[in-house]
Amino acid sequence: MREITYREALREALIEEMKRDERVFILGEDVAIYGGAYKVTDGLYKMFGEDRVKDTPISEAAIAGLATGAALTGMRPIAEIMYIDFSTQATDQMVNQAAKMRYMFGGKSKVPMVLRTQGGAGRGIAAHHSQSLEAWYVHMPGLYVVMPATPYDAKGLLKSSIRDDNPIVFIEHKMLYGMKGEVPEEEYLIPLGKGEIKREGEDVTIIAYSRMLHVALEAAEALEKEGVSCEVIDPRTLKPLDMDLIADSVRKTNKAVVVSEGYRYCGMAAEIVTRIIEECFDDLDAPVKRITTPDVPIPMSPVLEEEAIPSAKKVIQAVQEIL
Amino acid sequence: MPFKETKEELLSLLKQMLEIRYFEEKVWELLARNIIKGASHVYMGEEAVAVGAISVIREDDYITSTHRGHGHCLAKGGKLKYMLAELCGKATGYCKGRGGSMHIADVTKGNLGATGIVASNIPVATGAGYAIKLRGTDQVCLCFFGDGATNNGVFHESLNMASLWKLPVIYIIENNLYGMSVSVERASAVQELYKKGCAYNIPGEAVDGMDVIAVREATRKAVEKARKGGGPTLLECRTYRYQGHSRSDPRGVYRTKEEENYWRKRDPIQSFWKRLIAEGVATEEELRKIEEEVEEETNEAEKFALESPYPPVEELDKDVYVVK
Repeated sequence: MREITYREALREALIEEMKRDERVFILGEDVAIYGGAYKVTDGLYKMFGEDRVKDTPISEAAIAGLATGAALTGMRPIAEIMYIDFSTQATDQMVNQAAKMRYMFGGKSKVPMVLRTQGGAGRGIAAHHSQSLEAWYVHMPGLYVVMPATPYDAKGLLKSSIRDDNPIVFIEHKMLYGMKGEVPEEEYLIPLGKGEIKREGEDVTIIAYSRMLHVALEAAEALEKEGVSCEVIDPRTLKPLDMDLIADSVRKTNKAVVVSEGYRYCGMAAEIVTRIIEECFDDLDAPVKRITTPDVPIPMSPVLEEEAIPSAKKVIQAVQEIL
Repeated sequence: MPFKETKEELLSLLKQMLEIRYFEEKVWELLARNIIKGASHVYMGEEAVAVGAISVIREDDYITSTHRGHGHCLAKGGKLKYMLAELCGKATGYCKGRGGSMHIADVTKGNLGATGIVASNIPVATGAGYAIKLRGTDQVCLCFFGDGATNNGVFHESLNMASLWKLPVIYIIENNLYGMSVSVERASAVQELYKKGCAYNIPGEAVDGMDVIAVREATRKAVEKARKGGGPTLLECRTYRYQGHSRSDPRGVYRTKEEENYWRKRDPIQSFWKRLIAEGVATEEELRKIEEEVEEETNEAEKFALESPYPPVEELDKDVYVVK
C-alpha cells in the first residue's frame, strides 16, 4: 500500500470532502495563500476559490462563531485555529454556542462544524504554542473531540468528522505532520467513537492517544525485549470514548497505564483512569497508573520541555512498577 | 411625514408591540407569583425596536437575539402561548422548556437564538451572513444586541469581518443606556455608539428606538443595501428598559425617577397609538378592540402555559448530540 504523511492524509480528506459536498468550506488564519501554518490546506484555495478557503483576520472568537452561525444555517464549515493554545479565545463560541445550541433550542437545530486545530509539545516553542488542551473540550456536553495519531486514522476520522452533524474539535499533533504511514487510495471512513488495538498483548494495557500512542508503542517494544507483553490501545476519539474496547482489554490484562500529554489535574488521563476503576475495579491487580505532563507550563528549553512531557522511559517505569 | 404603510401593516405593528407589552407584564406577574422561576429579562419599553426592524424582513431571513429576547422571538413569528410555556419550563415551549427566558427562540422561523452571554451571538449572525454569501441568495441577517455588547471583543472582530467581506448583516444596537447597572457614559469611551462602525468602514446611524416607523425605515434602507451586496450597516436604536435588568434589580441605585418618567412619556406604543388616530388611520375604538384581543390572547397563553406538562425527566439528556 502507498505511504503518505499525516499532513497529506489530512489534506486529502479535506479535498475529498470539499469535492463531495459544496457546503463544506474552510476558514482560518493563513489557510489560503500560505496554505496553513502546517501546510495542511496547501493549494486548496486555488482548487476551491477564495470564498471556500478563506483567510481570516486574527480573530479566533469570530472564526469559531462565524463557523457556528454558518453551520446553524446549513453549511458545513471547517474552522482552523492555528494552535490549540489560541483556541482559548474561541472557547466561548465553542462551548457556549456551538456545543449547546441544539439542546438549548429544543433539538430543532444542528451545528455541523469541525474546529481543526493542533497541539502538543516538541518544537521548543514554549507555553503558548505547545499545550494539550483537549480536556477543556471533552468536558463540554455537546462537543465531540477527535485526536488521530496516524495518517490512516487522520484521514478516515477527518472525513467522518466533516460528515457528522455535531460540532467537533479535531486536534492534530504538530510533531506528527511529517510522519508517514499506509493510507489506501480508495475511500474509507473511520467511525467516531471506535478505538483500535494498536498492539496486542497480555500483561498490561497501555491507553494512549495522539503523539503519545507512538511513545506507548516505543515503550511496548522495549518491554517486549524484557518479556513483558503490552496491549496498546488508541481510543482515537476522546469523546465519544470507546470504553468497551478499553474495559475488555483491562479485564484481560488486569493492569492499566494511561498516557496523555495533557496536564495532570482533571485531564483526559484522569477521566480514563476513573472509568477503568468504575467499570473494572474487580479485575484490577494493581493501581492504575497515569503518565501526564505535570502541573507546569510547557517550557521552551529543550531539556525542560522533554522532561515535561511523557516519554517511553516514564511509561516503561510505570509498567514495571505495577507488574 | 405621512405613513407609507397600509392600514393593515400599521395595525399589525401596533398589535405586535401590544403583544410584547402584555406578554412582558404577564411574565412580570408570574415571576412575582414565583410561577416562572429563574431570571427573565423583559423588553417593556423597547418594543418598537424588534417590531420595527423585523417587520421589514422576509420569513427566510435570519435574526439573532439577545439575552432580552422575548420581543425578537414574537416579532419573528413566535406565538405567545409557546413563548410563555417556554418561560415556565414546560414541554410545550419553543425549546421544550430547556432554554427559558434567556434562550427563547423558534429556530424554525429563522430566529437563530437568544443568548445568555452578552455579545456572543454577534459572530453567529456574521456566520449566517457568510453562509448567505456562499449560497448566493439575497437573504439578510438582523443581529440584535445591547449597548453593553459593543464593548466586547467579538463585536469588533465580527464587524471587521462583515465589512471586509461585505456580508449581508445589519447590526442593531438596542441602546437602552445601561448594561445591567453601568451606564453607557461609564462603560463606553464613545457615547454615540453608531460611530463605532467607522473603525470598520461600516456606515452607522442613530435611530429613535421609541418610534416603530423610524426603526422600520432605517432597517429597510439597510436591508435593501445588504440584499444588493452593499454590505453591513450599524444601527443604534435609542430606547429604554422600563424595568430593571431582571426582577431583582432595584434600579433606583443607578438611575432616577425623572429619567424613567422622561422615557415613559415617549412610550413607543402610546405615541404610535396617538399617531394612528391623529392621522386618521384608525379610530380609538378599533385600537381598543385590538388591545382587547391581545389581552385575551395573553390570558389564553397563560392558561396554556400553566396547564402544559413539564418535560419528562427521561428526556434530560435528549438532543445533546445528533444521534444517527
